[in-house]
Amino acid sequence: MVEVNSQALDIAGVTLSRYLSDAGYDATRIAVECNGEIVPKANYEATILADGDCLEIVSFVGGG
Amino acid sequence: MIPSKEEWQQAWIARNGEALQQRFSSATVAICGLGGLGSNIAIALARAGIGTLRLLDFDRVDLTNLHRQQYKANQVGQYKTEALQEILGEIAPYTRVEIHATKVTEANLVSLLQEADIVCEAFDVAEAKAMLVNGVLEQLPRCYVVAASGMAGMDTPNTIQTRQKMKRLYVCGDGVSDVGNTTSLMAPRVMLCAAHQAHTVLRILAGMYEV
Repeated sequence: MVEVNSQALDIAGVTLSRYLSDAGYDATRIAVECNGEIVPKANYEATILADGDCLEIVSFVGGG
Repeated sequence: MIPSKEEWQQAWIARNGEALQQRFSSATVAICGLGGLGSNIAIALARAGIGTLRLLDFDRVDLTNLHRQQYKANQVGQYKTEALQEILGEIAPYTRVEIHATKVTEANLVSLLQEADIVCEAFDVAEAKAMLVNGVLEQLPRCYVVAASGMAGMDTPNTIQTRQKMKRLYVCGDGVSDVGNTTSLMAPRVMLCAAHQAHTVLRILAGMYEV
């Protein structure tokens, strides 16, 4: 299982970019931390989610 | 008659204590975006005694900004960096203010933001917010980011909150109220979010990392 924003999901083995797109995230409006480290955007495609990984996905909306 | 720098320092120390004031006055805080969030953050931090404020915005003051941003009627047309520097000069003349009237991009953010202890993300466009947050967390490994997301519209003020989302990332706002989905940004609700950001900066500098 992979923990995403405190929710356990059965997505081990999937790439981060695939998960983000399946879950409906707009990759241009988010930041992603995996196991306490920021994941550079350039690595989304190559990052394969593993059992026990802990993801924090932060989405931004406009206004300021 | 403007008080001397020494008198000002003593007044701050009397308020904050010497140890805390030392942390504030030796800090450099960068504010990216000088709209409703950034103009309010800058004023709050200057009043609190932050030593160096680095202000970044490529835009000029427009009439449509005056309903929520801290600029004055006679500043319409000026660069926001220069207009805010003027205002800060009147409020807190001994605060060091560095200005960059330029657009922050992935390519230039390291050179613009290096040596900042904390970066306040105060842009309005969601993609720009994400770009800055990713860029700082990836490329400036000692720097904290205090960002904002969700402060538009007429919803209750009580949903504006501060959350620590990552080790070096705090996000203030309600997380959902997109400016695109609502009529406008209201001065008080934007100020609330700016106040959350400014106070979070002070807490980080004080070593109080928990929200």
